[in-house]
Amino acid sequence: MDPVDGNALAGPLGTLFGQDVGDVTGVCAGCGLSSLLAETRVFDQAPGLVARCPGCEEVLATVIEMPRAVRLSLPGFRYVDIPSRTL
Amino acid sequence: MATVSRGFGGRRQDPAGGDLAARTPPGQYLTDGFPVLSAGPTPGVRLEDWAFEITGGREPVGWTWEQFRRLPSERFTCDIHCVTRWSKLETAWEGVSLDTLLAPVAHDAGYAVAVSHGGYTTNLPLTDLLGGKAWVAHTYAGQPLHPEHGGPARLVVPHLYFWKSAKWIRGLRLTAQDEPGFWERAGYHDYGDPWTEQRYASA
Repeated sequence: MDPVDGNALAGPLGTLFGQDVGDVTGVCAGCGLSSLLAETRVFDQAPGLVARCPGCEEVLATVIEMPRAVRLSLPGFRYVDIPSRTL
Repeated sequence: MATVSRGFGGRRQDPAGGDLAARTPPGQYLTDGFPVLSAGPTPGVRLEDWAFEITGGREPVGWTWEQFRRLPSERFTCDIHCVTRWSKLETAWEGVSLDTLLAPVAHDAGYAVAVSHGGYTTNLPLTDLLGGKAWVAHTYAGQPLHPEHGGPARLVVPHLYFWKSAKWIRGLRLTAQDEPGFWERAGYHDYGDPWTEQRYASA
């Protein structure tokens, strides 16, 4: 089954901390690759969205639409950088 | 009062002659297809590299594919229920019962984590794997299990939501305490009973 690109995360997440979710950059804790969330490989034919590292395919993030919340889990990022707002 | 399954204009014929609506858990619709869901790429597992290992007992116990296929297999037919709301009735499988696989394992565990090629995991109480309720299936509809459905072999635990039926299984890790697996950590229910709609962890 083929993944889609990370823009699929924008569906349930929309904006995150005021930024387009695709513009958030993260570093994979497994291989150290830095990528935009928009560049991750998202498996969407699943009970939730699973974003994998474009370098090593480790699971970076999962998104589950729960009844009262969207749960974002970030098990595979060393960190994420959310661009500062330009005023 | 007549009841109608959600998503259908009328009562369909139950292949087993029973009441279709009564076999469909709440919030589910019936499909004749077999949707393919996966949290990741399909791992290509060669039979010569395949092994099934149970760890966490007194000694690890394992089988190569050849050894596994020499174990007694059972044919079983079951209804399966995916948390994404499709259910499929009368699916026909062949596989080795977990009763058979766990019989030679000395342990005092209460839980198991199913471990798959590609890194997927899911947790189950051992009581849900024993007593003729769970199998490691190698055949579906009379054919070797296709890789996109979890072949060479997958766990099948039909009384729980189908994410518990781990594709591409390579072993069980027996544990004293319950340890949540991939979807259970991410927000799905720890146990996953489709009849009481145990879909999500509490949020």
